[in-house]
Amino acid sequence: MPTLTIDDKQIEVPAGLTVIQACELAGVEIPRFCYHERLAIAGNCRMCLVEMEKAPKPIASCAMPVNEGMVIKTNTPLVKKAREGVMEFLLLNHPLDCPICDQGGECDLQDQAMAYGGDSSRSLEMRRAVPEKYMGPLIKTEMTRCIHCTRCVRFAEDVAGVEAIGAINRGENMEITTLEQAVASELSANVIDLCPVGALTSAPYAFNARPWELRKTESIDVLDAVGSNIRIDARGAEVLRVLPRLHDDINEEWLGDKARYACDGLKKQRLDKPYVRKNGKLVPASWDEALAAAAGALKAAKGTEIAALAGDLADMESVFALKTLFDRLGSPNLDCRPEGNTLSTAQGRAGYLFNTTIAGIEQADAILLIGTNPRWEAPLLNARIRKRWLKGGVKIAVIGEAFELTYPYTHLGTTPQAIKDAAAFFVGASKPMVVLGQAAFQRSDSEALVSAAQHLPVQREGWNGYNVLHTAAGRVGALDIGFVPGAGGAATREILAKAAAGAMKVVYLLGADEMDTAKLKDAFVIYQGHHGDAGADVADVILPGAAYTEKDATYVNTEGRAQRALMAVPPPGEAKEDWKIIRALSGLVGSALPFDTAEQLRTQLPLVGALDTVTPAAPFTPLLHAAALSDTPFVYPIQNYYRTDVISRVSKTMAECTKAVLPSLQPKAA
Amino acid sequence: MLNPKDRIFTNLYGQDDWGLEGAKRRGIWDNTKALLEKGRDTIITEIKDSGLRGRGGAGFSAGMKWSFMPKEVKDRPHYLVVNADESEPGTCKDRDILRHDPHRLLEGCLVAAFAMQAATVFIYIRGEFYNEASNVQVAIDQAYAAGLIGKNACGSGYDLDIVLHRGAGAYICGEETALMESLEGRKGQPRLKPPFPAGVGLYGCPTTINNVETIAVTPEILRRGPAWFAALGRPNNTGTKIFCISGHVNNPCNVEEEMGIPLKELIEKHAGGVRGGWDNLLAIIPGGSSVPLLPKEICDTVLMDFDSLRAVQSGLGTAGIIVMDKSTDIVAAIARLSHFYKHESCGQCTPCREGTGWMWRMMERLAVGNAEVSEIDTLLQVTKQIEGHTICALGDAAAWPIQGLMRHFRFEVERRIHDAKQKAA
Repeated sequence: MPTLTIDDKQIEVPAGLTVIQACELAGVEIPRFCYHERLAIAGNCRMCLVEMEKAPKPIASCAMPVNEGMVIKTNTPLVKKAREGVMEFLLLNHPLDCPICDQGGECDLQDQAMAYGGDSSRSLEMRRAVPEKYMGPLIKTEMTRCIHCTRCVRFAEDVAGVEAIGAINRGENMEITTLEQAVASELSANVIDLCPVGALTSAPYAFNARPWELRKTESIDVLDAVGSNIRIDARGAEVLRVLPRLHDDINEEWLGDKARYACDGLKKQRLDKPYVRKNGKLVPASWDEALAAAAGALKAAKGTEIAALAGDLADMESVFALKTLFDRLGSPNLDCRPEGNTLSTAQGRAGYLFNTTIAGIEQADAILLIGTNPRWEAPLLNARIRKRWLKGGVKIAVIGEAFELTYPYTHLGTTPQAIKDAAAFFVGASKPMVVLGQAAFQRSDSEALVSAAQHLPVQREGWNGYNVLHTAAGRVGALDIGFVPGAGGAATREILAKAAAGAMKVVYLLGADEMDTAKLKDAFVIYQGHHGDAGADVADVILPGAAYTEKDATYVNTEGRAQRALMAVPPPGEAKEDWKIIRALSGLVGSALPFDTAEQLRTQLPLVGALDTVTPAAPFTPLLHAAALSDTPFVYPIQNYYRTDVISRVSKTMAECTKAVLPSLQPKAA
Repeated sequence: MLNPKDRIFTNLYGQDDWGLEGAKRRGIWDNTKALLEKGRDTIITEIKDSGLRGRGGAGFSAGMKWSFMPKEVKDRPHYLVVNADESEPGTCKDRDILRHDPHRLLEGCLVAAFAMQAATVFIYIRGEFYNEASNVQVAIDQAYAAGLIGKNACGSGYDLDIVLHRGAGAYICGEETALMESLEGRKGQPRLKPPFPAGVGLYGCPTTINNVETIAVTPEILRRGPAWFAALGRPNNTGTKIFCISGHVNNPCNVEEEMGIPLKELIEKHAGGVRGGWDNLLAIIPGGSSVPLLPKEICDTVLMDFDSLRAVQSGLGTAGIIVMDKSTDIVAAIARLSHFYKHESCGQCTPCREGTGWMWRMMERLAVGNAEVSEIDTLLQVTKQIEGHTICALGDAAAWPIQGLMRHFRFEVERRIHDAKQKAA
């Protein structure tokens, strides 16, 4: 631990830090543009210059490693002059277009110019103008504003793992460019946050609002199962944008493009009032009418003739309420898994969680991906694997269709057969990891292959390297609640089959759309959800619920970490928070649920551990299943990253991305 | 004046065969094995004792630089890189070594690489040097064929590969770390230091970069002994040096001379004097375009070596002497240099990227008097805002010529502004 003196104050800091980090620890703020703690050091903006004893020139504090006995001065006239000088140069060619710049109010250059900028320009020369560039449907460019900090270049190269952004030309003609191509990455829009000026701004959000007009709500993303922490910026009843929030163990400070930009889908195809099917047509109804129709249907059928399916985005509160209701109605026919999915709760939580945790990936030394394309199923988890790979000392292998994952890997095969020989891959590894995607659970031979995967030598003392990667934000929470078939109950596939055969009279869809809903035509379908999608199509009663931005709700991510999403805007029209709908319905079927407030409900939720913590699940005994492994290749569940759920499917921005970016993201051999 | 027998570059003018035969005739590759048998430590000590300072411009002790390399080759190979990206305006010394005496460089490569345990030498040659690159490549092929380099080089048991790489003609790629970036296939932009190349250099491996002339003189130092070299020139400024004399002289030339020779003597003896006589001299840029110019009063007496020139607020740089007589528009001349630096700035760091363009535009206006007198001070402040605030020395190099101009010819700049104002009135 070297000790250094910063502005006459002695401070001991961990070795390996740079001076700028040491200054931060000492409580001394250093202005910067190019430096970003999660990116490689560039040292090119020169804003962070400080004085170091014995150095003839001011040094770039972001790039200078700390040393024992260093004496740093940050408040001398020389430092002040250096910063003012750099600021003058930065403003020399920066346009004075703050009034029409979307970065206004959250612009590093604007903020720091207040501290270090002059009140007028000494330059009499013309300013540089740079033509606008195309970087895809998400990133709006105004390259005249660029200060060449290269954060975007470094992000693309290091974090996103695509060499899509670079610099051309020299000197004052240097330009950041993608050569007029959309940035082929599912993390592309993070460069907008990274850009310290208004050169890269958000295209879908362009000229929508000023940051000070926005109401900011700290929440959780639900468009994949990673549980990225987000901030929802809303004005009035409209969600205007979604930004990442810092969470070192989950998304660091990045966010996938879908999580960020599918929010325009929240305004389309919404179920904003109850509907009841009359004479084959859905007609608007009052809440009383709709609830009475639903309750009537539930009461008329026997417990074994009713079923409930929970969808991908269902929150824990509503799933719990629905399970309690169906338990009371005597129905064991519950499922939260897609058709044919064999995920099981029989082995305890360790059997369906991402046990190493996302941050734990950074300790792994051998990673085997089975039946998963993490780049599309969980982009931020994929970014973590890439981060691990960049550090070196890890081997990675894939069983399943080869895909460009932004890091090199050994391709062991495309079919489950390859799992047989995979044990050799872990020889010598001390923190081995196997990741099973949903493709592994969605097959007729799932049990055999999951058993084979569980027998891989990845469970060690204090380290469970068996990981299930989920794609649905609601799944783990529903599994924790036990929203799976009870004794004698039917799973999704049988529920659909029975419904088609007329044996399942009433099916309750809690935001469940990802299935062949045509099979439900003959059953009485109660659809509770927020978007008019496949489920609402076949519904006899529609109970309009709230999307994730419109309710306080609990979600458990793929690691088993419970987090709470907060209401940023009210549900549209007559839509209500989901658990309240089920609570109201329970009264009408004559079995009022034992909670009247969300707080009462939450005390009954089977949460494992406190919010935002991961409790390691007890190790499990691997499944014994001796059946032969099939040679049918894996089929990944997500074929289009941009359109995976009811929200992103109606998002215009996601449609644009599908058109502009998806072709360049198609599977290709590594 | 340098005694002819003390001359190192005996084929500077290309009068002899540049190939292997001619080289051997001139004593190159003469028992190089014996030089290597001195051992690594002795070689480095002798280079240190000779007082050889880097010939690329900065004048850092070559022996010292070599000693920074790790003593043992561990997990990473060592590299020696020869900087043959000679692009400094006014400088053409390396070019004559490359085309007329390539074997002298190659022998130096072997000796230096052996001393630093580098198994591979990269010669990064300026893209425009087509014929020079061709000669060097032929020389490399000859040396391989003769067993002078390659496996068991010169029978010493040491294996050495020499790779010639042609640049694409960017001035900044002569900066050692930008050169490494370029060599690795990336955009030529200087790296941050630390880490220094001796620790983390080319491909992340310990690397030493030396100028062509520095490497080329080392075998001769080892052959004749460090004392011989140290006896030439003045203390701390030892040895011989190739001076490139261009501009308004009667006989522009490259000449090898002793360090510390008076500038006036150098020009009168070797370049046929200033056009129109010494009294017609206006100013001289003594060390390539990057160093501040010197007015005639200083040129009268100044000695040509690192310390003497630094004492008059200029520098020896690459020893590219640009002579300007009284017919020169000195302000326009410096403005042209400003354009060069604006054009060659890599664009990576702020002060240089933005500042070089600003300085050039101001200089262009000052050259025709289209400015206010107060702008001279603004310009000087801008040069100070750039100097010492950049990643590499290009920022300094862009600032110094202007500072030199204003130090010695401010009156001329002011006169133009007044004249222009009067004309307008």
